[in-house]
Amino acid sequence: MLNMTPTVLKNLLSKSSTRMYPVEKREPFDRYRGELFNNIDDCIFCKKCQIKCPSQCITVTKDKDSGTGTWVCDPFACVYCSICVDHCPTNSLYMKPVHRAPSAEREMIEQVGKVKPPKKKAK
Amino acid sequence: MARTIIPFGPQHPVLPEPLHVKLVVEDEIVQEAIPALGYVHRGLEKLAEIRDYHQMIQIVERVCGICSNIHSMCYCQGIEEIMGVEVPDRAKYLRTIWSELHRMHSHLLWLGLFADAFGFEALFMQFWRIRERIMDINEATTGSRVITSVNVVGGVRQDLTPEMCSWILSEVNTAEKEIKGLQNTILNDYTVCTRTKGVGVLTKEQAYDLGAAGPTLRGSGVASDMRLLKYAAFDKIDFEPVVENDGDCYARSTVRFRETLQSAELVRQALAGLPQGEIATKVKGNPEGEVITRVEQPRGECLYYIKGNGSKYLDRVRIRTPTFANIPPLLAMLPHCELADVPVIILSIDPCISCTER
Repeated sequence: MLNMTPTVLKNLLSKSSTRMYPVEKREPFDRYRGELFNNIDDCIFCKKCQIKCPSQCITVTKDKDSGTGTWVCDPFACVYCSICVDHCPTNSLYMKPVHRAPSAEREMIEQVGKVKPPKKKAK
Repeated sequence: MARTIIPFGPQHPVLPEPLHVKLVVEDEIVQEAIPALGYVHRGLEKLAEIRDYHQMIQIVERVCGICSNIHSMCYCQGIEEIMGVEVPDRAKYLRTIWSELHRMHSHLLWLGLFADAFGFEALFMQFWRIRERIMDINEATTGSRVITSVNVVGGVRQDLTPEMCSWILSEVNTAEKEIKGLQNTILNDYTVCTRTKGVGVLTKEQAYDLGAAGPTLRGSGVASDMRLLKYAAFDKIDFEPVVENDGDCYARSTVRFRETLQSAELVRQALAGLPQGEIATKVKGNPEGEVITRVEQPRGECLYYIKGNGSKYLDRVRIRTPTFANIPPLLAMLPHCELADVPVIILSIDPCISCTER
C-alpha cells in the first residue's frame, strides 16, 4: 500500500512536466521534418522527386512553349519522409523544422519557375 | 442458468484498438469468447503491386505506428537477403539502437495503458511522461517522433553525431532511473497485484501449443526471443531473454517492465560498441527470389515473406504480426474469468489490431 505516495508528493512539489502549448513553444530539433519547400530558382524540373515519392504527392510538369515548369505538391498527401529531399540533384528541395500551419481548406503548394536551357557541350 | 452474449468493442473505452469480441457469459463469468476482426483493413500488402520496392519501406512502416522502425528493418533485411547486399557494421548498430528505443517506448506506452485499464490514472501519466524522453530522442535523431523512416535497403539514412550519442546515453540513463523509481508501484502495489495476479492464466503448454509470441510466450515460461537469431548487431551484444513463469497478467506485465530496463541496457551496449564507417551501401538492380525474415517486435515475433520477380515491383509481401499469433492464446485465457477482468486480460497481450489486419 501507498507505494505511489512519494511519487505523487514529489509531483505536487516539482514544476509542471507540460507547457502551455500555443503560448509557450519548444525550440524545434534541427533534424525535425516539418514542412517541405522547393527553392524554385534552383529546380531543374527533372521529375526525380515525383518518381521517388512514396505517397506520390508531387507532380512536375514542363511546358516547352512558354519555357516554364510547374512543381505541385499536395501537402495533405505528403507523409513527410524527406525521400525527395535526399534524391534532389540540385538540393532545391529542403525541409524546415517547423510544424505546418493548420488550414481550413485543402490547398496545393504550386510553384512556377523558368526551365533552364540545357548546357551546351564544350566543343 | 441464463447464457447471455455480450459484445465487447469494437469501440471500447479502455482499448485504443477496434477489437470486437463476443463474450458468452453465465452469471458474469465468461464461458466463451468469439473474435470478430476486420474493422481496420487497409490493404497494404496489395500496394506492393503498384509501388516499387523502395517505396514499400514507407508503406510497411505504416503497418504499425508503435513499432514502425522494426517493421521497416525487417522488410529491408528481407530485400537485402534476396539481393545479397552487405550492410555496413555502423548501419547495423544504428538499426539496433533505434529498434531498442522503439521497444522501450512501446513498452512504456503499454505499461501506461495497462495501468489505465485497471483504473490507475496516476501511474499511467508517470509512464507516459518517461516515454516522452524516448520520443524526444527519436525526434532529434531521426526527424520524426513515431514514423522514423530511417531504414533504407542497404543501410540507414541518418547518422548519429558523437554529441547525439552522449545525449542519448544521458537521456536513456535518466529514463532508466525514473522507470526504476516506479518499480515498487507496478510490481508490489496492492491495486496492481489484486487486479492482475492469477488473472488470465496461460500455462506453458498452452502457450507453446497455441503459438503465442513475445511477452505472452515469455510470461508463460518459454525463453523464446527472435533477437537470439542474431540479426542486425544482436550478435555482438549480450542479452538473455526475460522469462516469468506464472503465465498470468502480472507475469506478462513484469516481463514488459523488465524488458524496458533490458532495452536501456542494450542501447548502452550498442552505443558503446558503435563502429565508425559508412552508413549505407549503394543498391543496384531488382530483387528476384523469395525470402522469410523474422525480427522481435515489442509484441513478439514478426514475420515477413517477400517474393520478388526481377522487376521493381514485388510479387507478394506477406506480413504476419505478433498480435495475429497472440489471438488464439487470448481466446484460451478468456474462459472462466470474470467479466470485469476482460479488459485487463485483452490488454495484457498488447493487442495491435491495425497490424493484424494491415
